[in-house]
This record gives sequence, structure tokens and C-alpha cells, in this order.
Amino acid sequence: MFESSPQIEVLQAGIQSTIQDLGRFGHRHLGICQAGALDVPALMLANTLLHNPVDAAGIEVSVGPFALRFRQTTWFALSGADFGGQLDGKPVAPGWRYQAHENQVLTLHGPRRECRAYLALEGGIDVPIILGARATDLQAHFGGMHGRALRKGDILSLFESGSLPTPSTKKIKSIGVQQRKWTPEIRAVVGPEFQQFSKKAQHDFWHHAWTVTNQSNRMGFRLQGNRLDRHSKQELFSHGVTPGMIQVPPNGQPIVLLADAQTTGGYPRIACVIEADLWKIAQTPIGKSFCFIRTELSTARELACQARRDLQLITQQLQRYA
Amino acid sequence: MSKLEIHFELVGETCACLQARPERGLNYTTPDLDLQRKIWHLAQQLRQQYSCRDIVPGMNNLTVIFDPSQDEGELWLSRLRQHWNEAKATNFQQRRIVIPTHYGGDHGPDLQVVAEHAELSPHEVVRLHSEAHYTVYFLGFQPGFAYMGGLPQRLTCPRRAEPRLLVPAGSVGIGGSQTGIYPSQSPGGWQLIAWTSITLFDPSLAAPSLLMPGDLVRFSVESCDV
Repeated sequence: MFESSPQIEVLQAGIQSTIQDLGRFGHRHLGICQAGALDVPALMLANTLLHNPVDAAGIEVSVGPFALRFRQTTWFALSGADFGGQLDGKPVAPGWRYQAHENQVLTLHGPRRECRAYLALEGGIDVPIILGARATDLQAHFGGMHGRALRKGDILSLFESGSLPTPSTKKIKSIGVQQRKWTPEIRAVVGPEFQQFSKKAQHDFWHHAWTVTNQSNRMGFRLQGNRLDRHSKQELFSHGVTPGMIQVPPNGQPIVLLADAQTTGGYPRIACVIEADLWKIAQTPIGKSFCFIRTELSTARELACQARRDLQLITQQLQRYA
Repeated sequence: MSKLEIHFELVGETCACLQARPERGLNYTTPDLDLQRKIWHLAQQLRQQYSCRDIVPGMNNLTVIFDPSQDEGELWLSRLRQHWNEAKATNFQQRRIVIPTHYGGDHGPDLQVVAEHAELSPHEVVRLHSEAHYTVYFLGFQPGFAYMGGLPQRLTCPRRAEPRLLVPAGSVGIGGSQTGIYPSQSPGGWQLIAWTSITLFDPSLAAPSLLMPGDLVRFSVESCDV
């Protein structure tokens, strides 16, 4: 006897809304990129609000309106950018969990600030694990929903969860946690080719603003600002690259690599955005500017550990509100 | 060949890297194959003994990617150093792979371009390309795409001025002094001389990529349309 699993139906897909988890690891030597949520802490937080495993698959929405219909009573949580979300016309806020009933419609209109919203669903989205992850690899066309962005009419199944109250057992309470705040300062550590840049370029990199251009996507954010000249003309051999690395191609305009970046590259690495601030890059809207703040490796590592502890603390506190 | 020095360094808080660099002031343009063999061997060993996010051999370099909230970068640097000092190039066993290949015609629209650039007949290009033995240095660009060295010097040919928007999956191309096969349809700037029907990448398999860093590859002529 099969119980049908909860389902949702995509009514409006927006542009490039994708199913993402924390990304695909262990296959970069085969040319397989990481993929996964661009704002990893946001997806983790939304999952934590629902008592999902942090790596459960959710939906990343970058351009609204995105709308879906719940086919069963289901808890959901939003995080990341505020998209002016509404459940049957009533406002729902990022950083909170809510219960939707059968046939209710959730609409994410568009970013009011920042640029990427995450929707976690009770149990997580049931798509196959391919090479260790459920994340959508848009370029290689696998993972998520058949390796593509979501479309109108897609039906997504959810895993059964049962860890949150159902209407019959308890009075339903929504609950929320404080969201991180985006600021136009993004911390980075110097990269291995930093010294190959001119003194002026080294100075400008840290002291002038960088603007996100419209040539930015899930692979990388292309920035515009003072041209960075490199005095060494030596070509580099291709090396492994990761999200957060800041490459400078010969045009002198840096590129910050993100989750969908290719696995190897050969441009000089002037700096690397620290893991704890990667989400800030991903949440910077096109046309907006920010500065890179020089940080030491030890600080970067401490901040990565701090982020981990913060999430554990939130998880513990939420247990009290099962 | 200038003398190479091996450097161990952290890149950001997530990467420990081993990189070959020439002695000060010297240029280094050809990758060292013996050094690369040691890198493949090292990658295999590290993968068997430790867990981390990824271990990526590049061209005469190796990157270990780890989770900074779990692992210490310095620990990875010392592991890299220790294993490198113990590694031997001869410990790497190469696999041999033959790719059945259709040269020229619709399968290789740039065969004539390569022939003219090399001042050879298209037949000679096919002979030279299919007689050579190629080594997969590393994979990148797209899943299963192998950067292969060993192209006969005569066949070296610049990339197209305008990359094609769509290169069919299975296309065999020449880019500078390298040859490679496009595993899936994508944009691409390499000169296309041939095509193979073989599947190079299948994400549903446990070993999704046919070619792996370190493999020895040969192209066998299935057909030739010149």
C-alpha cells in the first residue's frame, strides 16, 4: 500500500528558479562543478526552521513572480531576499515558517532588497540524488528537475517528514529567526597571484568600489571598477578553482566565481572571498556596489566556525518549538 | 627545461595547493610529464586515505578543497608535503583507451583549416592525429572534458577567432597544442577535425567520465571523409 507523498505544483516559474541543495562535492576532478544554493546559509536556515536536514533540497528563486500551489497541508519556510511573499494574498516573511493548506497559493513577487530567495518545504523536495547531491547542474543538464530550471506545470513531490505539528494534534504556530543583514563590505583574503599585480592595482582592489555587472550569473559575478593591471605577463597553467576565488582576466575587471563555476581555470587569483561572506556576493543585485575588505586567514576560519556554531544554536533552540 | 620548484600554499581558507614553479626569473611553458605522473599518483593516494570536499589535479599542480569549519589548512599542507616527498612518478599505472573516430566531412568541419595551417594534406593530418598517443593531463571546462597533451607539433593550430555557439557532443578538436573531445553539446572555439559516437560522460554511472586524469588515449580511424 503506497501513501501518496505531499506535492506542490509550480504555477509561475520566474526565470531560472532551480532546485538546489548544498552542492555536489567529490567530482571536481571529473570536471563536475559544485552547483547548489548560492546563498548556502539561507537554505540551511530555511531547512532548519522546518527540522529538515540542512542539505534537504529547496528552491532558489532569483526573479519573480514565482508561484506554487500546495496540494496537501505542508509547512514551508522562506529565507534570503525578501520577495514580498504572499500566501493566498496574506504576507509571509523571510526567516519564518508557515503552514499552508491544500490548494493555498504561495507567490514570491520579486526582490525588495538583495536578490535571491530560498523556499524550503517540509521533508525536502524528492528528486533523485545524482553523484551525491540533488542540486541542479544547469550546464551539464542533470540533477534537480531533469537538470533544468523549473517550469510552469512542474509537480514536485516532497519527502514525508512528520516532525512538525499537524492541524489535528496541536495549535499551529508560525515561528521565525533573525536573518543576517547584507552590507556592502565583503571580506577577502589575498590570493596567490596578488603580488603579480601593480602597486596601483593592489591598492585599488581594496580601496575602490566594485559594481556587479549584468554579465553575472550562477557561474560568476563580473565586476566593474578601476582596471587592475598585472605586471607579470607569464601565463599560468590551469589549476583547480572554487567558489569565492577572484580571478582577473586580461581586461583587468575581476570575476568572483560562484557555485556553478567551472572546475579549473588559469587566470591569476588576486584574492578569495571568505566562506562566511560568500552569501553576500550571491545576494548583491546587479548594478549595486560594494568594497572588498582585507582579512586574515585566521579570521576567515574563525568566522566559518562561528557560522557553524550559530546554526547549531538555532537548531537547538528550535527543538523547543517542535 | 628550467628547473622546477614545488611550492605548498593555502589559497583562501578552503584550498591547500601544490604548485610547480620555475626558479626565479625563468620561464616555463611546457608542462612536465613526470611531475604530472606524481600528481596523479598523489591524488589517488589522498583520495583513498582522507576525506575532504575535492581533490583536483590541474596542469602541474594539485588543489585539495576542504571545509574550513572542519579542517585545518596547515594540516592539509603537511599531508601534501609528506605524501609528495614519498610519491614516485612510476607508481602511477596508466589506463589505455581507444576512441573510434570519424574524421573529416560533416564530422570534422575544420579538418581543411588545420591541414592548410600545417601545410599538410587532410590525409596526413588524419594519419598524424591518429598515430599519436595522448595523455589526459586533467579534466575541466565541462564534465568529462579531458585536456590531452601529445599532439604532434605540426598539428598545433590556433583556436577559432569566433567560437562556435554549438559544438555537437563527441566532436574531436584541436586547441593550440592540445586535443580534446566535447562530451556534451556546448559552445566551443577549438578546430573540429573529427567526431566519435562514444559516450564520454554519463552522470547516472558511478564512474561518470570515460576519461580520467592520467589515461593514455589513442584515436582509431573508423572513417575518413576528405
